[in-house]
Amino acid sequence: MNPDGTLPGAASDWRPTATRQILESRAHQLQWVRGFFAERGVLEVETPILAQCGVTDPNIDCIEASPIPVAGWPQPRGWLQSSPEYHMKRLLAAGAGSIYQISRVFRDGERGRRHNPEFSMVEWYRPGWDDDQLMDEVAALVTGILDVPEPERIPYRELLIRHAGLDPMTADMAELRRVCYPLAGDRQLVDGLDRDSCLDLIMSFQVEPALGHERPVFITRYPASQASLARTSLDDGHQVAHRFELYVKGIELCNGYWELTDADEQRHRFEADNARRRELGKPEMPLDERLLAALEAGLPECAGVALGLDRLLMLKCGVDDISEVLAFPAERS
Amino acid sequence: MASYSTNEFRSGLKVLLDGDPCVILDNEFVKPGKGQAFNRVKLRNLMTNRVWERTFKSGESLEAADVVDQDMEYLYTDGEFWHFMKTDGSFEQFAADAKAVGDTLKWLKEQDVYTITLYNGAPLTVTPPNFVELEVVETDPGMKGDTAQGGSKPATLSTGAVVQVPLFIAVGEVLKVDTRTGEYVSRVKS
Repeated sequence: MNPDGTLPGAASDWRPTATRQILESRAHQLQWVRGFFAERGVLEVETPILAQCGVTDPNIDCIEASPIPVAGWPQPRGWLQSSPEYHMKRLLAAGAGSIYQISRVFRDGERGRRHNPEFSMVEWYRPGWDDDQLMDEVAALVTGILDVPEPERIPYRELLIRHAGLDPMTADMAELRRVCYPLAGDRQLVDGLDRDSCLDLIMSFQVEPALGHERPVFITRYPASQASLARTSLDDGHQVAHRFELYVKGIELCNGYWELTDADEQRHRFEADNARRRELGKPEMPLDERLLAALEAGLPECAGVALGLDRLLMLKCGVDDISEVLAFPAERS
Repeated sequence: MASYSTNEFRSGLKVLLDGDPCVILDNEFVKPGKGQAFNRVKLRNLMTNRVWERTFKSGESLEAADVVDQDMEYLYTDGEFWHFMKTDGSFEQFAADAKAVGDTLKWLKEQDVYTITLYNGAPLTVTPPNFVELEVVETDPGMKGDTAQGGSKPATLSTGAVVQVPLFIAVGEVLKVDTRTGEYVSRVKS
């Protein structure tokens, strides 16, 4: 804040960072996505952006808001949603059928060439489908917008062996750290990382940049420790998650699951998340009891996916910085 | 001293890393949607001038380094130190050693203004302005005639710097020189 109460740089940076042409592409993309789902009979829905619960995921921080208490919402706190997932699952449990939503979502502290704390996401659910079927639909949407070949599907394990010379299912911590040291340039940092954080580092620094340049790649069968809200199964003697992500030209575009429908298992994962949050010194999040009640009542077998529309637009327009596809990124908001 | 978290890192920010003052050159935020967030940071160590690439977990912080840039006029050298004076009217003087002066030595002219980077109040580096005007004290005799023909010769300037100049330049002329490249720009009309 300047001494006179104005914001620094406000006089010079009031202008948008996206060109008129890119704003047109954005509008066109939204229209196209809506047409894509209308044609397939998927219902568009809207759910709360500000809600009484956030997510427990230790790697996602929701932005807290402080609304005035109202009847039925007595706590003067709420969270901007990092994804419409919980509300959409409640709609599914209530029998909504195939649904999609285009919404603004929020992730605290995420700002970089491919991140803005507020961004646009399309999230959709397909009752009765599994992860393989949903990947087909994601591929149809992405190849409908981008001029790219049909994506290939490669298991997480195979990718790490191929690009990092490391088997993520069997490697011990010493082996993981040995691969991480030269990537991070800092032994102390690496020695403080747990197993999944080491894998994330190898993934982000070594594997991702090489992915999807010739042909988009779905990464499938994540380690069970990175299952999040996906169901798990046994694959070649190792527990894997039915979770997938799509990479196009090194950019992560979406994250999908064959959804976990077991309320007890879900509660257990939420509690494990909060335990991890305690270790990290992050605030614990209240468990979304309404979501758990919906799972208890019965979430239909389904697959769901969330896809970043700003990144899709970056690829469509051939730009390297998310600011170029946003009218106003966070620092100009 | 204040500290900065990785979210606040931007180029130009001065921080302490491993005890040395560093300037941040580049900060890249990397995060898989469901995974650990990292910042890949490029920094220049202001003591050694070496560029470091380091990775931080997002949210970690570094102590701010007490590093400030000040404009100062060069006064004189006593052989061991080079003395500068603030241009803000305070007449406050600072003595820079040979390490701080470094390569700027060859551009130092009395009464010219330089940027002195102070670390904990002591000169750390001396940076010349992008352009300086210096007199030629030694060069081969000037050749009149076709100036468009090109060709160059070395000329020694009053500070001892040697630059390549066009053939028509003569001793006693004042030249404008780009200190970033060490290249001749033009003659200065006197």
